[in-house]
Amino acid sequence: MFPSRIWREKAQRYRLEAGKCTTCGYIAFPPRLICPECGAREFETITLPDTGKILTYTVIRVAPSQFTDEAPYAVGIAELTNGVKLMAQIADCEVEKIKVGMEVVIEFRRVQTHGSHGVLSYGYKFVPKWY
Amino acid sequence: MRDVAVVGIGMNKWGEIWTKSFRDLFVEAALMAIDDAGVDTLDSMTIGCMTGGLFVGQEHLASMMADYLGIKNLPASRVESACASGGLAFRTAYIEVASGMSDIVLAGGVEKMTDVSGDGATYALATAADQEYEVFHGATFPGLYALMAVAHMEKYGTTRDMLSSVAVKNHHNGSMNPNAQYPFKISIEEVNNSVMVASPLRILDCSPITDGAAAVILTTVDIARKLGKPIIKIIGSGHATDTIALHSRKDLTTLDATRMAAKRAFDMAGKTIKDIDFAEVHDCFTIAEIIVSESLGVFAPGKGGVAAQKGETGLEGSFPINTSGGLKSKGHPVGATGIGQAVEVVKQLRGEAENGRQLKNNPKTALMQNMGGSGGSTLVHILEVA
Amino acid sequence: MVGIVGYGAHIPRHRIKVEEIAKVWGADAPSYKKGLMLTQKSVPPPDVDTITLSVEAAKNALKRAGNVNPADIGAVYIGSESHPYAVKPSGTVVADALGACPSLHVADFEFACKAGSEAMFVCLGLVKSGYIKYGLAIGGDTSQGAPGDALEYSTAAGAAAFIMGSDNLIAEAVHTYSFTTDTPDFWRREYEHYPQHGGRFTGEPAYFRTTMGAANGILEMSGMKPQDFKWAVFHQPNGKFPLRVAKMLGFTKEQIEPGWLSPRLGNTYSGASPIGLTATLDVAKPGDMILMVSYGSGAGSDAFVWKVTDRIDEVRDKAVRTAKLLDENLTFVDYGTYAKFRHKILKNN
Repeated sequence: MFPSRIWREKAQRYRLEAGKCTTCGYIAFPPRLICPECGAREFETITLPDTGKILTYTVIRVAPSQFTDEAPYAVGIAELTNGVKLMAQIADCEVEKIKVGMEVVIEFRRVQTHGSHGVLSYGYKFVPKWY
Repeated sequence: MRDVAVVGIGMNKWGEIWTKSFRDLFVEAALMAIDDAGVDTLDSMTIGCMTGGLFVGQEHLASMMADYLGIKNLPASRVESACASGGLAFRTAYIEVASGMSDIVLAGGVEKMTDVSGDGATYALATAADQEYEVFHGATFPGLYALMAVAHMEKYGTTRDMLSSVAVKNHHNGSMNPNAQYPFKISIEEVNNSVMVASPLRILDCSPITDGAAAVILTTVDIARKLGKPIIKIIGSGHATDTIALHSRKDLTTLDATRMAAKRAFDMAGKTIKDIDFAEVHDCFTIAEIIVSESLGVFAPGKGGVAAQKGETGLEGSFPINTSGGLKSKGHPVGATGIGQAVEVVKQLRGEAENGRQLKNNPKTALMQNMGGSGGSTLVHILEVA
Repeated sequence: MVGIVGYGAHIPRHRIKVEEIAKVWGADAPSYKKGLMLTQKSVPPPDVDTITLSVEAAKNALKRAGNVNPADIGAVYIGSESHPYAVKPSGTVVADALGACPSLHVADFEFACKAGSEAMFVCLGLVKSGYIKYGLAIGGDTSQGAPGDALEYSTAAGAAAFIMGSDNLIAEAVHTYSFTTDTPDFWRREYEHYPQHGGRFTGEPAYFRTTMGAANGILEMSGMKPQDFKWAVFHQPNGKFPLRVAKMLGFTKEQIEPGWLSPRLGNTYSGASPIGLTATLDVAKPGDMILMVSYGSGAGSDAFVWKVTDRIDEVRDKAVRTAKLLDENLTFVDYGTYAKFRHKILKNN
């Protein structure tokens, strides 16, 4: 993957930065230029909370080549404590024990490796909350 | 706007067509449609193709197809809306004829998917999802629909057997379709025990990787009468988009673009779902057919799975869905799928469906729904025997 | 006065037992367990590397640091022998992930197993000099031992992070001392995947001589005796060495107990004595004195005398305790999974 594509997303992937509409409060993750709820164009940068609960999930067994070392791996959509929903892998879990409603926290992980030569892509993953 | 009819249909055998190239697949289907319509030239052509670039390294494909179709200087364009590219080509051609801009337009679709590895096909198809916020995290297309399936099962109690009954029904129908990629029947047990792809979806919940093309000829009702073909009129066309990323949707158990495209098509046609005799819908995965049937209003939210299990969507059911075998059995050459649906709908409305899958009681009005990505775009068309 | 303002650790949840490795190589597990005095080691899954461990450890350190604005961190130094890139810093990812960019100094350190304590040493110096307000020092590794080598039983993964500053301290760095000679007991040449080592040469003339040198040096400098310390933390390439060096110096097993993690963790290389220090701080009381001595092959030791402050009681439970990371929520993997995780399987790419 060309490095600029990874670099451009780092505020979201590294730090969970989102845009909050200063008019209606809608939180855009990733940030947007225009609010899909009220049409306003002013946003303030906020950081998303790092905990939430799983709304839905799947365990992927037939994986794209860059993810085969991790298969079977789970991908889920979680609703964070402020209501924002996002998709990520659910790491560090026994895949058969994942449940809708399960509490998760966000951890910083390597998401894609791009073989032995490519640039490494880091970002967020969910892990089951255990303490 | 002028009244528009489908006067010609063309579709070759879909499947792993090793001997035919991208261009041959398309030209063959296009010639069949031209011959079926009995026209000797076209005013324009619109081709739906999701990603010739990634599958066979070919963009600028409308010009290439026009060239190989042997019609010099034909205005030809390619439209793209992921797996709804065919449906979009159909609508584009419809608008062109209805507007008076052109009289005879070919709407086609083509995809040559087997010239890449399985991983290459997965990559190409995944370009229909949000690259940075879904695919980046390892989501695959079966995975995205699996997320909807789990949400639907959790909310409504939809079961494994309900999903399987969709696949069984579509393979039953497809077993009578000479053009289907997998024209054989399967059992509930076979689906339930097939290889897990992305839980809860198994391989027999998924539509296949397919080479194929299809084409239809659209013209005005007036010209259609002169051609002497049965007149299958397009009475409604609806198009809608939705968030490309699943997690941006308020409800994962409905398909909003399908609901809105259907509403627009119904409003235009002056019809409701009760006026529809049967439908071809986008069953890229079994769960998709269930949710689509609900979002179209055929069944109440959460009741699509039960209805499928009870046989209500079978050939003898109250609302037959995917008499062709659907994407599941007929195959899913992504850009061609929407046009393949039109081919089946026209066959049924003409009373020409092969091998005993022709619906009884002379169906008059049909709906077709073609969807891109995880539902980020949808085309709904309503056709009626004039 | 300079010292630690916040500390945190991170350890992957996966473990492999000595028996599981021994089974594959036909080795006698009981003798390895006895000889190395360890039962298992941590294993990083494919999505965990020195950078991700560092970020998580640093997030825990920030939680304990209280009101430290990441933008006030003037330096991020990561010590590791397993930086994910041969060329491209680990520290930039960590600094950007924490929101410390762009007004800061970043460097990756390498000195076998003492790269982490080096980072601590340098941060303390920069804070003391007034060049920076806060410095983030991290020791972390996902170390690799060659399949079948004795090292394979111990090479583990984990990281510890320390925010160094001059006020609001959890522990004051009262003294520091370093002991360094050229002693090639362990090395990895460029482009090589696994390290080489001098076998028994890594013991007496290397680990013991250097660790003793640093410990005796700082004791002399501070005028302190082993009995003056409540706790001590030594580098722990296995379970046995730190226990023996403690005894040789006159420390008791009780003094090293909280930071003696290698029997259940393995050798986290640059993370080893730093993680040991986090576990010790987790149980320390205000006023406790802690001796910490790292060791890095090649060879050198950094020694620190820490004095725990009253603030420890406020912050210790603002982030997960190291003992919890060590002993809870574990999942044991078989050798096949371990080999897949550590990219020891030749695949067709």
